[in-house]
Amino acid sequence: MSAAHLQLDRQGRLLHFLTVEGLTRRHLTEILDTAESLHGVAERQVKKLPTLHGKTVVNLFFEASTRTRTTFELAAKRLSADVLNLNIATSSAVKGESLLDTLRNIEAMQCDMFVVRHEQSGAAEFIARHVKPHIAVLNAGDGRHAHPTQAMLDVFTIRRHKPDFPSLRVAIVGDLLHSRVARSLIHALNILGAGEIRVIAPRTLLPAQVETLGVQVFHDPRLGLREVDVVVMLRLQRERMEGALLPSESEFFQRYGLTEERLALAQPDAIVMHPGPINRGVEIDSRVADGPQSVILEQVTNGIAVRMAIMSITLGHHARSIGESA
Amino acid sequence: MGDAEFLIEALAGQLRELLTRRGIADPALVGIHTGGVWIAERLRRRLGILTPLGQMDIAFYRDDFSRIGVHPQVRPSELPFDVDDRHIVLIDDVLYTGRTIRAALNELFDYGRPASVLLAVLVDRGGREVPIEANAIGTRLELPSGDQIQLSGPDPLQLHLRTT
Repeated sequence: MSAAHLQLDRQGRLLHFLTVEGLTRRHLTEILDTAESLHGVAERQVKKLPTLHGKTVVNLFFEASTRTRTTFELAAKRLSADVLNLNIATSSAVKGESLLDTLRNIEAMQCDMFVVRHEQSGAAEFIARHVKPHIAVLNAGDGRHAHPTQAMLDVFTIRRHKPDFPSLRVAIVGDLLHSRVARSLIHALNILGAGEIRVIAPRTLLPAQVETLGVQVFHDPRLGLREVDVVVMLRLQRERMEGALLPSESEFFQRYGLTEERLALAQPDAIVMHPGPINRGVEIDSRVADGPQSVILEQVTNGIAVRMAIMSITLGHHARSIGESA
Repeated sequence: MGDAEFLIEALAGQLRELLTRRGIADPALVGIHTGGVWIAERLRRRLGILTPLGQMDIAFYRDDFSRIGVHPQVRPSELPFDVDDRHIVLIDDVLYTGRTIRAALNELFDYGRPASVLLAVLVDRGGREVPIEANAIGTRLELPSGDQIQLSGPDPLQLHLRTT
């Protein structure tokens, strides 16, 4: 059974969130609509809902992360769940405990959800295969494979600014080779029927056969950025690079960095996105990152509502599935 | 069962009298999705209330999440006024077990501390499972527990009864 199938129950409801691949427009729209209803919670006096009261969410982070972990933590807390943060890199894994043993021990603490970030592709899927049936698993980024909650917060941010997906032109720029964000985002945009998806990068930073994902390939941003509605800049992932994929960072900025001049090629009301953390002066100029078209900080805010939606949907479906089989 | 407009008329009359008696000049109306919002819109027009309408979807406050999960078509709650020190009228279509109103009160108080809360419903069908009662009622019906009563709308507003 593939990850795409593993995350659905027999009625096609989302039990885990491991990948965007294989999901339908109905699945994604349910997440986006639910997130829309949760978005206003942050503006209330009490920024909390009782939905997951009594549930325990475990953040299992095998790889460093600030934004993703904290927004997952905040999302769980705003739904009234209890949260346990485990940085495995600094815990038992270094003492030689196997992943399954770690898992069994945390399961023994009666938790309901694992949020998993791991440097190995397929780690969240592996965990979803082996956890007890009442536990929901969310992929918070696995290797180069997928980062589905980031993709959902990206399309959520896009939809709030540009709701007409069929006429949408999106350009994804930079290090696609190492980017799990880009992969998940391309799938999500295709499922939601985005008009045109472009990728703009040097050959060395594009995965093999990237065209098969349903994108148009550009190597020159002066052509690729023309008249797009959304520019998604990717972080140059220096820590994942093996060998000389790039001549230098300054040369990358000269050829691909998003400057005000290059952004002027896009639609005048185009929005600029970046999954963070940004490398100022490497993939994006500060004047653009902090400029009026940037929605980079909005993405962070939206990440909380989107993760709240995914948590309440998957745990809700677990409750339903267990109720039906009982 | 048919047209619900005449019940709105009765409900509006009761509510007007109640507000006058309590000396509440400008209450804020909050409809509970979906039927409650339709009714609240009509009441707001009839009573000439200036404060914009509030809407609540109590999906995240329900007490049966661990059995049925979140409703797939949940809508945003929107209270376009400051709840603190306001007189609020909560409006729903059918009052039955009272659990929806329990959830709505909890949600309302997460927006602030209202001066008072009144409850107006189109139909009170009995069968309460928590100690909650309405202050203004369009009509009372005694229905067996298996029967379902539903409001369709927004235009026209009609009540449908499904008996077992």
